Amino acid sequence: MNLYLWLIPVLPFVGFLINGLLGRRLPKALVSTVALAFPLAAFGVVIRAAMLAWPGNGNFTLPYVENFAGSWINAGPLHVDFSFALDQLTLVMLLIITGVGFLIHVYSVGYMAHEEGYWRYFAYLNLFLFFMTVLVLAENYLLMFVGWEGVGLASYLLIGFYFDKKSAADAGKKAFVVNRIGDVGFLLGMFLLLSQFGSLSFGKIGDALALNSGQHGGMLTAIALCLVVGACGKSAQIPLYIWLPDAMEGPTPVSALIHAATMVTAGVYMIARTHGIFDRSPFALAVVAIIGAATAFFAATIGLVQTDIKRVLAYSTISQLGYMFLGCGVAAYSAAVFHLMTHAFFKALLFLAAGSVIHGLGGEQNMLKMGGLRKKLPITFWTMTAGVFAIAGFFPFAGFFSKDAILYEAFQHGTLGKGLYFVGLVTALLTSFYMFRLWYLTFFGESRAAARNSESTPHTSHSPHESPWIMLFPLVILALLSAAGGWIGIERFGNFLSPVVGPVIDPTLESGGKTLDITLSIVAVCVALLGWFLAHIFYGSKNKRAENLAASTPGVYSLLMHKYWIDEIYHNAIVQPLVLGSRYILGWIGEGAIIRGSAWLLAGITTLLGEFLRRWQSGNLRSYSAWLAAGAAVLLLAGLFLGSRVIPGFDPDPGQVLHMTLPAVR
Amino acid sequence: MHVPNSWYLILSALLFTLGVFGFLIKRNLITVFMSIELMLNAVNLSFVTFAHEWHAVKGQIFVFFVMVVAAAEAAVGLAIIIAIFRARNTLNVDQIDLMKL
Repeated sequence: MNLYLWLIPVLPFVGFLINGLLGRRLPKALVSTVALAFPLAAFGVVIRAAMLAWPGNGNFTLPYVENFAGSWINAGPLHVDFSFALDQLTLVMLLIITGVGFLIHVYSVGYMAHEEGYWRYFAYLNLFLFFMTVLVLAENYLLMFVGWEGVGLASYLLIGFYFDKKSAADAGKKAFVVNRIGDVGFLLGMFLLLSQFGSLSFGKIGDALALNSGQHGGMLTAIALCLVVGACGKSAQIPLYIWLPDAMEGPTPVSALIHAATMVTAGVYMIARTHGIFDRSPFALAVVAIIGAATAFFAATIGLVQTDIKRVLAYSTISQLGYMFLGCGVAAYSAAVFHLMTHAFFKALLFLAAGSVIHGLGGEQNMLKMGGLRKKLPITFWTMTAGVFAIAGFFPFAGFFSKDAILYEAFQHGTLGKGLYFVGLVTALLTSFYMFRLWYLTFFGESRAAARNSESTPHTSHSPHESPWIMLFPLVILALLSAAGGWIGIERFGNFLSPVVGPVIDPTLESGGKTLDITLSIVAVCVALLGWFLAHIFYGSKNKRAENLAASTPGVYSLLMHKYWIDEIYHNAIVQPLVLGSRYILGWIGEGAIIRGSAWLLAGITTLLGEFLRRWQSGNLRSYSAWLAAGAAVLLLAGLFLGSRVIPGFDPDPGQVLHMTLPAVR
Repeated sequence: MHVPNSWYLILSALLFTLGVFGFLIKRNLITVFMSIELMLNAVNLSFVTFAHEWHAVKGQIFVFFVMVVAAAEAAVGLAIIIAIFRARNTLNVDQIDLMKL
């Protein structure tokens, strides 16, 4: 019996090879078939593995490790295997990646139907699935890093999909560069792990940690902090979150798959996967929790004023990832992964629904030019409503359960946790507000399309239309998941994950736990309702309240509108000094004076010497022969007079060479 | 009558010097070529002299090698001279300075 784990990444990779190498020449229908068939097959393999390996079935003991090609890297003390492992956490991730990933592939067939480079898009998308599954299947840090870098590559390619647009190409570069900063942290963490444990295998490091149960802090804190830097880069947390909003330059399904549902959660996955190290370092955990809460609040405030529908969702994604970090930081890994799962459902849904709106409006992304779409796009409206309710945290939608679990665990986590709980609660209010703002602006009121038509180019001015069924089908499935995905409940989910990430705090087992849990849930729902209410006051009907508020607090509004000037600060504080330093210090002194100067010096010497020496090469036969004769004469004379000094034992006395005497000259 | 070996050597040196000066001074390519032959034969003479002096046969043998090479060289050299003359209609070495036909 075999789980064929290797098939899970290889199948999308085959799809990538077929579409990437031949797609240009294949008909569109065949490209779509290939692009959909291989992820679906991978999803099938995951389902089969899940059914065979489900805990309690007794067929396999988890983690189940598949090793390939013996030893992958074997260099001195470094041994790394090319091996995949399946455990409960990986299983959850795989189901999300291949399941949601497949739905988004289906959606893309409709969304990208009229785009140039259709085959290229699907090749990249399949490539992404390949690397993402490698990332979660990897049994050691190095193989995980391969997937980690690979998804970064796929993300870069897809953000810059419209590469003839400068902003898209720049956004791709920005995402890649910012991620590299995080990757440095990940790499340093790996080196430290190697020096500390002599291995990069999750299993072996876990065993080593279990043996030294007294080991705390110190080196483990250093390792954990390095890994956090990596996670912050990939999961768009403060201070490395700046690439994610720009990543919205990519096609909308890409934003849904890579920049909402899967890739950006890799950091959360990594922390949950290496929780053994974090558990031993309360300091690192506190750092994670504070980063998470700060990011959640910070991004939510920016989301309040954005007018681009995708940017609102992007900041919302950063904010929700902050929640997951908060969950990890209070050692509630199963709650964090639970939120990761529900977030994958409702955020993918929100992005796809936003994509459907954008598609229906012929490319319009500004919410101020939407409005009144409830009747025109009914299915999009209802599915998006499910997503909005889920992210705002209304009972019984998915977001309620997972957000509640994180907030509850934070509240239980000492003084710091209580403080962070309130940050989380305020963030929940903001989340609810900006999501309902989006909801009202997009679907309610009267159409502001007139403003759009008069301003924009004529070809976008057709009337809004509902998207084709191939785009609506994934929306409906995801809407059902967003509505019902949380009904598993954190207890069951936590128990399922507990062999990997440790037991979950069960509210029913603690004194007053159940009451506290219910109280906190009611508070959370009330906060969400308050957010809805505020959004209704400001945007529910046609009024000037929002404009008035913005006008009355110009400082705050401008600060939020310009995203706290963070991009500008980074540009001036980091990018600009680097550019200037490169241009003037390295460029003028290093490149100009030292490198180019020394090259010129050498070239000058050679030229001058050549100018002088080339006169010898006159081409005149008699001058050559004269030099030859002169040289021979000089050699002979030198031999005669200096011979014994230059060549030891050489004595040019002819009397010794030849037993004769020169005839006397008479 | 016994002629001292040193006389042969002096003759060899004179011939060689003649060859060198002919090589340097003359402008006609054929004369230059003949000067080279003269130098080779001057050297041959000194080889033979030394072989006689040292009672060593190696020197004699070497002279044959030099003669063989000189013969081959004469064939090739004359062929080149003819080719040059056909191409340029001159054998003045001062006008043959392009290193090509």
